Amino acid sequence: MTINITMAVLLAGLYSVGFYLLMQRSLVRVILGIVILGHGANLFLQGAGGPPGVPPFAGLAAPEVMVDPLPQAMALTAIVITFALTTFLLALAFRSFVLLGHDEVQDDVEDRRVGTTAERNDLVQEAAP
Amino acid sequence: MLILIAAHFLVAALLPAVAARWGRAAFVVATLPPAAALVTAVSWSATVLNGAPPTESLSWAPTIGLDLTLRLDPLALLMIVLVSGVGALVFVYYAAYTPPEGIGRHSALLVVFAGSMFGLVTADDVFSLYVFWEFTTVCSFLLVGGLGLTRAARRSATQALLVTGFGGLAMLLGLILLGTAAGTFRISAIVAYPPSGAVVEVAVVLLLVGALTKSAQVPFHPWLPAAMVAPTPVSAYLHAAAMVKAGVYLVARFAPGFADLPAWWIPLVVLGSWTMVLGGVRALREHDLKKLLAFGTVSQLGFLIVLLGVGEHVAAVAGATMVLAHGLFKSALFLAVGVIDKRTGTRDVRELSGLGARWPAFTGFVVLAAASMAGAPPLLGFVGKEAAFEALLGEPFVLAVLVLGSALTVAYSLRFLIGAFGSKPGVSLVDSEKPGAVLAGPVVIPALAGLVLAFAPGVVEPVIAGYASAYPVAEPYGLALWHGFTVPLLLSAVVLGGGYLVHRFATGHPGRLPEALHAQTGYDRVVMALDSVARGVTGRLQAGSVPVYLGVILVVAVVVPGAGLLAGLTPLPRTQWFDSWLQVPLAVAVLVAAGLAVLARRRLTAVLVTGVIGYGIAALFLVDGGPDLALAQFLVESLTLVVFVFVLRRMPTRFTEERRPLTEGRWVKAVVACVAGTFVAVLAVLFSANRDGLPEASVEYIQRAKEDAGASNVVNAIIVDFRAFDTVGEIAVLAVAATGAASLILASQRARRKADR
Repeated sequence: MTINITMAVLLAGLYSVGFYLLMQRSLVRVILGIVILGHGANLFLQGAGGPPGVPPFAGLAAPEVMVDPLPQAMALTAIVITFALTTFLLALAFRSFVLLGHDEVQDDVEDRRVGTTAERNDLVQEAAP
Repeated sequence: MLILIAAHFLVAALLPAVAARWGRAAFVVATLPPAAALVTAVSWSATVLNGAPPTESLSWAPTIGLDLTLRLDPLALLMIVLVSGVGALVFVYYAAYTPPEGIGRHSALLVVFAGSMFGLVTADDVFSLYVFWEFTTVCSFLLVGGLGLTRAARRSATQALLVTGFGGLAMLLGLILLGTAAGTFRISAIVAYPPSGAVVEVAVVLLLVGALTKSAQVPFHPWLPAAMVAPTPVSAYLHAAAMVKAGVYLVARFAPGFADLPAWWIPLVVLGSWTMVLGGVRALREHDLKKLLAFGTVSQLGFLIVLLGVGEHVAAVAGATMVLAHGLFKSALFLAVGVIDKRTGTRDVRELSGLGARWPAFTGFVVLAAASMAGAPPLLGFVGKEAAFEALLGEPFVLAVLVLGSALTVAYSLRFLIGAFGSKPGVSLVDSEKPGAVLAGPVVIPALAGLVLAFAPGVVEPVIAGYASAYPVAEPYGLALWHGFTVPLLLSAVVLGGGYLVHRFATGHPGRLPEALHAQTGYDRVVMALDSVARGVTGRLQAGSVPVYLGVILVVAVVVPGAGLLAGLTPLPRTQWFDSWLQVPLAVAVLVAAGLAVLARRRLTAVLVTGVIGYGIAALFLVDGGPDLALAQFLVESLTLVVFVFVLRRMPTRFTEERRPLTEGRWVKAVVACVAGTFVAVLAVLFSANRDGLPEASVEYIQRAKEDAGASNVVNAIIVDFRAFDTVGEIAVLAVAATGAASLILASQRARRKADR
């Protein structure tokens, strides 16, 4: 098997952009990140199926020179499911926008409070007799 | 035996109801299971001593070889006499002692405890041993903590739970290692054919951590004096007679197999001797009678650990005798403190005066018990101590430490007696009524037993000899009060005289005794450090920010599998720049679009360049030889764009600009994202590099598409025919997503309409 550097760089780029957008605060950017990650994943599946070849139509060529049809079928399913997921997430983002007036991911105030010093002081008092 | 354990738990379940109806009578009912256990065990003693221990087994997970196996051998019999015998006495005493509230809870917990101790000493497989062991830990926590009304009770209960629970987990690990090394989890088999090797040494040390924490040995001992906040009968039972003996029992149980290992006997002898001396010194400084006894218990447990740990015939005889003697005299003394506390309202030696003259008979029995503790003739404690000195004659250094510890024992026994019953100048005489028969009886019986057994050691000797027969007999040793004029007798005299002098010195110079290093501070520090570490880790990891969580997940996803990947890296096969030249411009276009998606300030721009990525991918699919895939991608991408535009219509044109402190995290995010993305690409490269031609399944699909599915397009055949269930699932996902999206959007519209109205 050979390795295709162009496709490897493309995958790295797509996944990096996808991860970066996923870590943003705007929900629309997060959804775009998921879409791009989906593209990357489909490309990954396709790459796992081997190098380009004859499309898998029965009788067109010998099976050995054909592209692996199984990753293609899986990628096809994945494309459609990514679409379903995107639509649903968009609806969620839209709902969040209607209710809150923005589409930002907020920090969890309770979680933040865990790390604050006020409770640490309580703890020191509790431990000291 | 299984039935007896079940009976304990059953009675415990019923006790709260009994207590609610009949009050104190609940303790009478509670006495039944331990009494039955005692009678049954004693009635089997003939079989036990014939060398054929009765065994019962219940397989509760046979497929993975988990059995509940019980075995009644001489050591178990000896422990049952203590656990069930003292238990029954304590329950009777508790009926007269207790205030009316909390009877149901306490009686039920005590019976559960008695059942667990019974199971613990009869268990013959390591897992049952561990389960019963932890049962006793939990019972101790609940009984020490009581209803959790005071901070002292909560602290002490938590300390007891943390220390013994930590030891229990270490013990479990040790037991599993030991069982794996031995190839069996039956304790009797492990001890009979002990495995060897480095793993066994580690396992033994872990096992000892369990024993030393449970039996309150240095440096884990502070939990035991702290646990004295429990009601006195609980202390008498759990923290003198039964639970703290579990560690001693564990040592006694495994010593015949492992006493030769340095990893076994060095820690036991060193820590045991140290504990014996330290406990004695601390007991001389206590004013609270109960705390005095608690440090005395710590000291005596050290003594027992040394005797049973060295693994030698006479030492085993001495250890087993002392286990019995200690259980008898210490429970009697604790219960006597309970009587004093209940009648006079104080346990402080500085406030008690003149009790001996008011309660002469009661005092007499307590003196018997205390004298047995001090090792004075003619009591069982003396018999045991003689045997101990005899056993260790060959080890002068250990013997010297034990003589010192015994002298301290004599000193604090005197301090106890004089403190509790003596008349002190300048202290007003305590005036209180005499204890009744129910309160005094449980003190009298074990105190008298210590006297009777000293004159007739033959009653228990077969059991003790039965345990000690696990060791080779150099020369037979018989328990007796009188062996003639021997070195041990001389040592006993030295101990008694020395103890008297130490006591005189200690009372004369109360400040002169060294204040021992406080292990309690060590415990507090460790707990505080744990707390602050937990707080620091939680505060940093649980920052409450989704981007931080995602970053942490990505880093972990890269580091953990990445390390494994690096470990198994093979040289890469042939590389090439591209498979088809068309891939290069398409890849460049997609990458540029991806970069623009990151930089875009307007929502619509970002969505449109993402669409460009999608179309570029579709074109790449076409190049790769997947026309169906390319078609689906084109259609879906167009649909996605339409949906995005519908939603973005209602949102602001631009993204909200990030606030100042957040922009600084941008570089961290970019680096994490790039590392994770590169990692995925490397994964993909390695994955495709290890692929070798079409897999068999795909070849089959291609060959069968025509005849089996009647289709020439293999991908279509797979989707609608070979893997049709996948497609059904996919349709279900679409339906669910569509329903969800529709309901969310409709809800918004309804809300808006309501607002307009």
